[in-house]
Amino acid sequence: MTRAETLLELDKVSVSFDGFKAINELSFAIGSAELRAIIGPNGAGKTTMMDIITGKTRADSGQVKYGDHAIDLQNLSESAIAQAGIGRKFQRPTVFENQTVLENLTLALHNDRSPLKVLFNKTTEMDRRRVDTLADEVGLTDHLHRTAGELSHGQKQWLEIGMLLAQEPRLLLVDEPAAGMTPQEREHTTDMLKRAAKTCAVVVVEHDMEFVRRLDCRVTVLHEGSVLAEGSIDHVIQDRQVIEVYLGR
Amino acid sequence: MLRFLATFILVLCALGPAQAQDQNLQYILQDHHKAVERASRKTIDPLLKALADGKLPAVPGFLDAWRNKNVWMSKEDGQFYFLADPKADPVEIIDIETGEALGTHARKGMKQLKPNSGVRTILASALVEFQLKDPDLQTRTEAVLAIERGADAAHLPLLQAAAETEPNSDLKLRMSRLVRLLTIRFSKDTDARIATIKSFASDTSVDVRSALNPLLETRTNAAPTLPDTINLARRLVPGQQFSTDEAYDLLVKQGLAQPRQDLAARDAILIENIVDGRVGDAPVSTLSTEEARDRAYQKLVQLGQAPALVTRADVRASLDEHVFYEEYLEPDPGITTAALATLDSISNRVDLYATIDLGLDGLSLASIYFLAAIGLAITFGVMGVINMAHGEFIMIGAYTGYVVQQVIPDYTTSIIVALPLAFILAFAAGVALERSVIRHLRHRPLETLLATFGVSIALQQLAKNIFGTQARPLTAPAWLDGSWIINDIISISMIRIAIFALALAFLGLLIFILTKTRFGLEVRAVTQNPRMASSMGINPERINMLTFGLGSGIAGIAGVAIGLFAKVTSELGSAYIVQSFMTVVVGGVGNIWGTLAGAGMIGSLQKFIEWLNPSNTLAAQTYMIIFIIIFIQFRPKGIIALKGRAAGD
Amino acid sequence: MERTFLARNPSVLVFLGALALFTLTVTILSEGLGIGFLSTSFIKTLGKTLCLCLAALALDLVWGYCGILSLGHFAFFGLGGYMIGMWLMYARTEEIVVSSLANVPLPPTSEEIRDAIGTQIFGVVGGAELPMIWSFADSLTIQLVLVVLVPGILAFLFGWLAFRSRVSGVYLSILTQAMTLALSLYLFQNDSGLRGNNGLSGLQNLPGAENVSQATLSILFLWGSALALGSFYIASAWFMSGKFGSAIRAIRDDENRLRYLGYWVESYKLLVFVVSAIITAIAGALYYPQAGIINPAEIAPIASIYLVVWVAIGGRGRLYGAVIGAAFVSLISSWFTGGQAPDIPLGFYTIKWVDWWLVLLGFGFVLVTLYAPKGLGGLVDQLVRRKSA
Repeated sequence: MTRAETLLELDKVSVSFDGFKAINELSFAIGSAELRAIIGPNGAGKTTMMDIITGKTRADSGQVKYGDHAIDLQNLSESAIAQAGIGRKFQRPTVFENQTVLENLTLALHNDRSPLKVLFNKTTEMDRRRVDTLADEVGLTDHLHRTAGELSHGQKQWLEIGMLLAQEPRLLLVDEPAAGMTPQEREHTTDMLKRAAKTCAVVVVEHDMEFVRRLDCRVTVLHEGSVLAEGSIDHVIQDRQVIEVYLGR
Repeated sequence: MLRFLATFILVLCALGPAQAQDQNLQYILQDHHKAVERASRKTIDPLLKALADGKLPAVPGFLDAWRNKNVWMSKEDGQFYFLADPKADPVEIIDIETGEALGTHARKGMKQLKPNSGVRTILASALVEFQLKDPDLQTRTEAVLAIERGADAAHLPLLQAAAETEPNSDLKLRMSRLVRLLTIRFSKDTDARIATIKSFASDTSVDVRSALNPLLETRTNAAPTLPDTINLARRLVPGQQFSTDEAYDLLVKQGLAQPRQDLAARDAILIENIVDGRVGDAPVSTLSTEEARDRAYQKLVQLGQAPALVTRADVRASLDEHVFYEEYLEPDPGITTAALATLDSISNRVDLYATIDLGLDGLSLASIYFLAAIGLAITFGVMGVINMAHGEFIMIGAYTGYVVQQVIPDYTTSIIVALPLAFILAFAAGVALERSVIRHLRHRPLETLLATFGVSIALQQLAKNIFGTQARPLTAPAWLDGSWIINDIISISMIRIAIFALALAFLGLLIFILTKTRFGLEVRAVTQNPRMASSMGINPERINMLTFGLGSGIAGIAGVAIGLFAKVTSELGSAYIVQSFMTVVVGGVGNIWGTLAGAGMIGSLQKFIEWLNPSNTLAAQTYMIIFIIIFIQFRPKGIIALKGRAAGD
Repeated sequence: MERTFLARNPSVLVFLGALALFTLTVTILSEGLGIGFLSTSFIKTLGKTLCLCLAALALDLVWGYCGILSLGHFAFFGLGGYMIGMWLMYARTEEIVVSSLANVPLPPTSEEIRDAIGTQIFGVVGGAELPMIWSFADSLTIQLVLVVLVPGILAFLFGWLAFRSRVSGVYLSILTQAMTLALSLYLFQNDSGLRGNNGLSGLQNLPGAENVSQATLSILFLWGSALALGSFYIASAWFMSGKFGSAIRAIRDDENRLRYLGYWVESYKLLVFVVSAIITAIAGALYYPQAGIINPAEIAPIASIYLVVWVAIGGRGRLYGAVIGAAFVSLISSWFTGGQAPDIPLGFYTIKWVDWWLVLLGFGFVLVTLYAPKGLGGLVDQLVRRKSA
């Protein structure tokens, strides 16, 4: 992958909590329209890595370069990073449960986010059409006026993905999207992510090997805070170190 | 033989009175009759020497009476007497030796001795000298004390002499110190004074400062040119060290400038000159501005009806023509320089001691905050619960102390009973609150805060209904009264020391409980990961209940401690609750050391701000809270913050 | 837009109607303009209650909608009162001073008048000079601007500091409490420039309206308070109805999610906090002329907590809930503590409500928190839902 295509690059990033090295000299890069799966055992640093990219956690050392001008994300706030085009889906579905699906999606639409603009904002016809498209995309067209809290677990996950897409992101970070889903729902989710990866970079953190296999993409294996192996799913599952880590020594 | 014996006795009898007369005050006085009756400075010395040699106990009393013109002479026989009441007639005469009443006498037969002032001064010194050399230590000590209270120049040589021969070492020390102080004030020998002044450089006692300060008294003066005969303290420039108005007033006072008309005087003259509703040319109704009044006055001046105004320019010119300065009353610059240097050195030392004293004050305040806050910190740290009724648990403790004292009158016993009882009651109240309310509001910290606030309102009002609104006494035992005084500046009250010890004990106890006991282990497990803890067989419900009880119980004990020096009212707790919150927030949640650091910081900070602005403790609290709000900006998680996932964000 | 907004929010119309009806009824029953059934002091109590409702509404914006539990809103309420109180007291004292100086031989200069006002106002705390902060006290316009500006700036500074460093939850609540404590302690000092614990008094006398009786004034203030409450009710409802309201509620429910959606959450919080503070200050500026006196005790932490209690009992997160709670609890509180409620003789003990009302309120509040977290407003919701179902 050449520099020009790289959307996000982590360069020797380290972070530790009270002496425990959660991320250790991690280097990682992803292109601008790529689907990537990240796997690794518990405590491998997957969530911490996402925290660093989205600005929740500051790295102790190393650089996080993003976008065409390779800006350093370390100096930006969470909201600024999100506005720069990085969307994040949490492990547990986090949508605004007291608000309707419509309101959830409208909130996420890629519009001006300054408070006064929002206060005097008028929902335009275009916004409405965009919401309809998104709802259709994630299969919630019939539920637009329901409160998000009433949705099923899988539907909440989709709503959250829909909200991410509404932001028109350049990079999507998705944490365990398939957890707690029925097989059909999984399939739907896989399709959704694959479609998304056509227009933006998508990083999926997942435990479920079957799901990862269905994504059919490059896989990065994390272990103890750094990259253990990278390549196609078939390549990494035959890697000796990966087997050791997963199956125990 | 018998005859010889009788003769011998006779001789003895004849000799006896003569011998006795030798020891008699009256006899000595009669010996120097003239010197007594017409005492003068020139003639009195032999008499005083004779009196000193006689070493009679009645001498000081006589000298004192003589000095106060209370010695009378019989015109008939020239004997000296005291009078019981000089105004009576006939007067009752009293023996000068024994103080016995000797009978009455016609008043006109008595003559009052009136020593002149020079003699009286000599008598006073002689009196002091007699007292200083008195064989009785008590008398000598009293004499020294009298000199300490009011000394004059004459005491210096007397004291110097007495100090050399004083047998009691304590008193000798005190005398020689007093000699040094008197040297500063009265000695004629400049070098000795300077040396003595310098020798006090490390002495912080108040008496030294009060001996030195008069040396540096100044007088503000103005003169056309700076005289070179004065001991100059500093030049003054009007408008800098003092206002131009003050400078001009000084010139006026010294007759160097014309008095100025102030606004009131101007207005008075205007009013005097109102004729038919006009002053000068102007109608009175137009005089509603300063400018108009000035114009009207100028008009009066032109008409010759008012004295000319001293204008600003005149003032300026007068000020420019004179120099202003402060001069020392003490003419010798060597003395003032030495005194300045010594005072400077003393004040450095005083500052040091004051800082230590401030630190101790801060420490004791910190102990109180620690005791008040640690229970809150435990419940907040372990359960994430802010207990707004914490202050009322403190109140429960204080009222427990009060009630116990009503039952057990012995203060020491009652405190010993009250401490554990306060713990038990507050513990029970805490457990009840946890079981009935807080348990149902898990993971809803804001609602817990509200609910416990409701409890706080109710408990406070209950206390008011039971104990009334007036303050109840909780008296400290006698051994907690008083202070531990280290020097003139550093002192600390025993109650505060006791509270410090109590805080220390609880710090130790809590650390022991949390790190060395099974309960502590379980508490830490629940704090860090309640789900994991419960899967390991720990019952988090039980731990929460006990933790809350523990925190509340400590609040009860803090209540007894606080009640000992504060008023026990239903508002006692709420007075401490905000500070306790601050302590927890500043220190950092979930950590005893954090609370300690928070209490230390807030306690010393509050004392420090009070020291900067001692007149105003309200403002001190205001500034402290503002400081804390700003502090939170930089350390939102407190001084000692947990990092990573344990922080729970 | 406005019509469709009101059409979409029928509860706003219902509320406005009820408020108008209430005001009209009170006016008709009043001493000043009506049949005299209601005493002037009771009208004033009602007017003050409307102001408290407005403050509760403002608190509901930050707490019920945005999730920021402020335990210090009475700081803004009091500051609003102080700002208008300065003008009321100054202008009133000026009238007195001018009339008392009418007979002096020389007509007074403006300096003399100012000095006399200073002595008159600050004699009680041993001062004579008007402090700097009274520079504009002679101008109603400027003081009215300050009613908005001073609490607004305080809220802005406090909010900016607190939100920027992500202080939230109970921490934030405690800091707001500390803020109001600090302010009240500061004002308790005699040299704070606002007469220490004496506070400002005589505020019920409106300068320039000597000929208007207190009975009429009380009605005018009632109208003013009702107008303010109504206007801010509409404004708040509009505020909270659209996408902005959706964002604010999102902050309450999950501010991190919103942050990852690219919203600068802090600026939203700050905006709501400042707006709420300003509304509260306006409520205070309307309240204290009816109360007649303001002193630092009004700003003590407990007052703000009562405001929170009212909103909680009324039901937070719904505007009418806050208003109902404030009206209901504050009126019933003054009924009980005012000694009007009948005592309950138990034979061995007589329950005096003056003493026991707070105990009841305290424990009652615990029960509301435990069993009816949505408050009275929640009950209204249930009733409405049952009817429509």
